[in-house]
Amino acid sequence: MCGTCGCAATTTVPLEQRVLEKNDLMAARNREWLANRDILAVNLMSSPGSGKTTLLERTVRALAASVPVSVIEGDQETALDSWRVRAAGCRTVQVNTGTGCHLDAAMMARALRELDPPPGSVLFVENVGNLVCPALFDLGESVRAVIASVTEGADKPLKYPHMFRTADLLLLNKVDLLPYLDVDLAVFERALTSVRPGLFPMPVSATRGDGLADWYAWLRARQGRRGSSGPRESLGRRDPDSRSPQRLAG
Amino acid sequence: MHELAIAQSIVEAIGARCGDARVTRVRLAVGRLSGVVPDAIRFCFDLAATGTTVDGARLDIEEPDGWARCRSCGGEYRVDDLILLCACGSADVEVLRGQDLTIRSVETVGSAETVPSTETASSAEVT
Repeated sequence: MCGTCGCAATTTVPLEQRVLEKNDLMAARNREWLANRDILAVNLMSSPGSGKTTLLERTVRALAASVPVSVIEGDQETALDSWRVRAAGCRTVQVNTGTGCHLDAAMMARALRELDPPPGSVLFVENVGNLVCPALFDLGESVRAVIASVTEGADKPLKYPHMFRTADLLLLNKVDLLPYLDVDLAVFERALTSVRPGLFPMPVSATRGDGLADWYAWLRARQGRRGSSGPRESLGRRDPDSRSPQRLAG
Repeated sequence: MHELAIAQSIVEAIGARCGDARVTRVRLAVGRLSGVVPDAIRFCFDLAATGTTVDGARLDIEEPDGWARCRSCGGEYRVDDLILLCACGSADVEVLRGQDLTIRSVETVGSAETVPSTETASSAEVT
């Protein structure tokens, strides 16, 4: 109470507090934990139905013989994807976000404790299918791979720039369907370049296997550099090494 | 709708910094390139604040403009979205400002004992 009139006097308290500070500190701890164990953690993000789980099933079958692989599965509900990926031959932890639309660093920390991936392994995090919310939440991953499928249209990067701008790799999936679609890949590439200069799509088909050798080679190259990843730089960073080896359109 | 998670983070962060002090006003900066929609934050804020020290507080949101610099021609210009093509045709552009997502200040009833942010505290330990 103020001594003069009895009103509830207020005080302005400057805070200058970043809203996502807590998440980002937890993400930094996750990143350090992973780096100390030489684990390559790949945050896989896309819209629902772009083929994340199919890509993971195939990737697990291809890599599990040479390197330990495990998967954190994020979905609003059900453990269906977890069962699918486990059947392909790796350990999984299912995280159900309920009403939540993304994974965050605290969920990642809990999943890491439960999964306890072995040193030197590769860990995939299948984020909730959503091109908006997961872009904002650092999990402490080593790299971010965004999947877009050709059936989604060529203008996706322009519609969801926050997601595409943070990508270290862009997998363009379902290229086996191109003969049946009216999609101009040069338009997609231009759209991607305008939100993420220097990044070119890596064309793949998770069902038929096209381009997956490039994806595995990219993972092995990244795994060779594991442990050296520092904190994620701010949006707009550039990393020439993240270019895919093949351009779709000239 | 990540704004609900953002609104919950705002309320939690204020509680962590200001303890039991009753908060009557919150000033936020939500940059135009932050990826967060101010109206959605307003929609979620009261819900997140219910039953906390921030319950009923007025929410003021400033929206700093986005600014970018072209690495090709050196020009600086205002941007309203993350499609950052420069007028010179280059997409080789860096964001300078407008990604803020910050609690600038709060108003509390009476005086409040504030705790330094974790980030400030940890950087203070280093230096």
